[in-house]
Amino acid sequence: MQLRVRALESILTEKGYVDPEALDFIIEAYETRIGPHIGARIVAKAWADPQFKQRLIADATAAVGALGFAGRPTHLIAVENTPKRHNMIVCTLCSCYPWEVLGLPPVWYKSSPYRSRAVIDPRGVLAEFGVSLPAETEIRVWDSTAETRFIVVPMRPAGTPGWSEEKLARLVTRNAMVGTGLALAPAEIAGEAAT
Amino acid sequence: MNGVHDMGGMHGFGAVAPERDEPVFHAPWEGRVLAMNRAMGSLGLWNIDIGRFSRESLPPDVYLSSSYYRRWTLGLEDLVVRYGLVGADELAAGRALHPAAPGTRKLAAADAPKLLARGSYERPAASPARFKTGDRVRTKNMHPAGHTRLPRYVRGHAGVVECVRGCHVFPDAVAAGRGEEAHWLYTVVFDGRELWGEAGDPTLEVSVEAWEPYLEPA
Repeated sequence: MQLRVRALESILTEKGYVDPEALDFIIEAYETRIGPHIGARIVAKAWADPQFKQRLIADATAAVGALGFAGRPTHLIAVENTPKRHNMIVCTLCSCYPWEVLGLPPVWYKSSPYRSRAVIDPRGVLAEFGVSLPAETEIRVWDSTAETRFIVVPMRPAGTPGWSEEKLARLVTRNAMVGTGLALAPAEIAGEAAT
Repeated sequence: MNGVHDMGGMHGFGAVAPERDEPVFHAPWEGRVLAMNRAMGSLGLWNIDIGRFSRESLPPDVYLSSSYYRRWTLGLEDLVVRYGLVGADELAAGRALHPAAPGTRKLAAADAPKLLARGSYERPAASPARFKTGDRVRTKNMHPAGHTRLPRYVRGHAGVVECVRGCHVFPDAVAAGRGEEAHWLYTVVFDGRELWGEAGDPTLEVSVEAWEPYLEPA
């Protein structure tokens, strides 16, 4: 594929349709600047600031847009996990994913096993991620069939009162924001085992 | 189209296999093809739905045996030929043989930052929304051969409108060359057992984002 893609790029470049420097810029942005660390900061802020959380759930596009990250989100919807309800995001038809706040999706999110099973057997899928929810927890799966994009606000772990947003963000994994994981417990992050 | 890309509820694909410490790209060409798709898409000749339809239209065996970025490569090759930007002979030769299509511009490096944010797909409404939050609706039993965003596993099923999302560009129309034809978009939620029968998970609800032409009152 390396050769085939290089040939395509050289044709498009020679004909003046693409500028290789523009391609470099896009690649660099997704490799270094736009990723799940953005979503983690949003979730941490929601945990620490109830008013922000209210704005985020009411209108995530506006609430996140006001924070000024590199890629402003469009049609973003934040859904909140509670003790009663767990949310999971999928795109059964292709690979729709909230790029602006989570970066590019991992291979498993785009894979046939995830796309086929998330809507029919979410508990089985969760088990493959090592997540087991109480039998009575309601599971809500959001199939991203339009240009609306979803991010899960996981439950705040116990043992974190008074933590700064920066420290809270370390507990928020990408999978927790897709709904295939939970936020980490304080003991799971480096330097916190003894506290 | 009733294609293999429409995977919701299918069996046989096996377990999900998350990769530990996964890199953003597994090879440099994956990044190049992603960026080329973004850059070429920004020229405005086709939109995201037409891009999706080109990938869905790959032969089923090719779709299933190709990695995600290989599909993007094949889809982009199809589009640049179909829109007259590149000749099939040029793809075969691996180099440019003809002058560029007249009037096409290119994405300048200085404009690349704009690509990090998506444009809006919401459009002014031509008519009031037919449904409101709480309405019971049924998805149509429809099987268009063209592009659609109504997955097979929800067709013909009853659900509830949970949210009205505004009036959005209608993928079925754009991919068929009819223009944007914006329609009201709704979050419609289905009970797991409505979709999967008595053996379905009783704690499950699944929602899709459904355009008004996909729905009828239930």
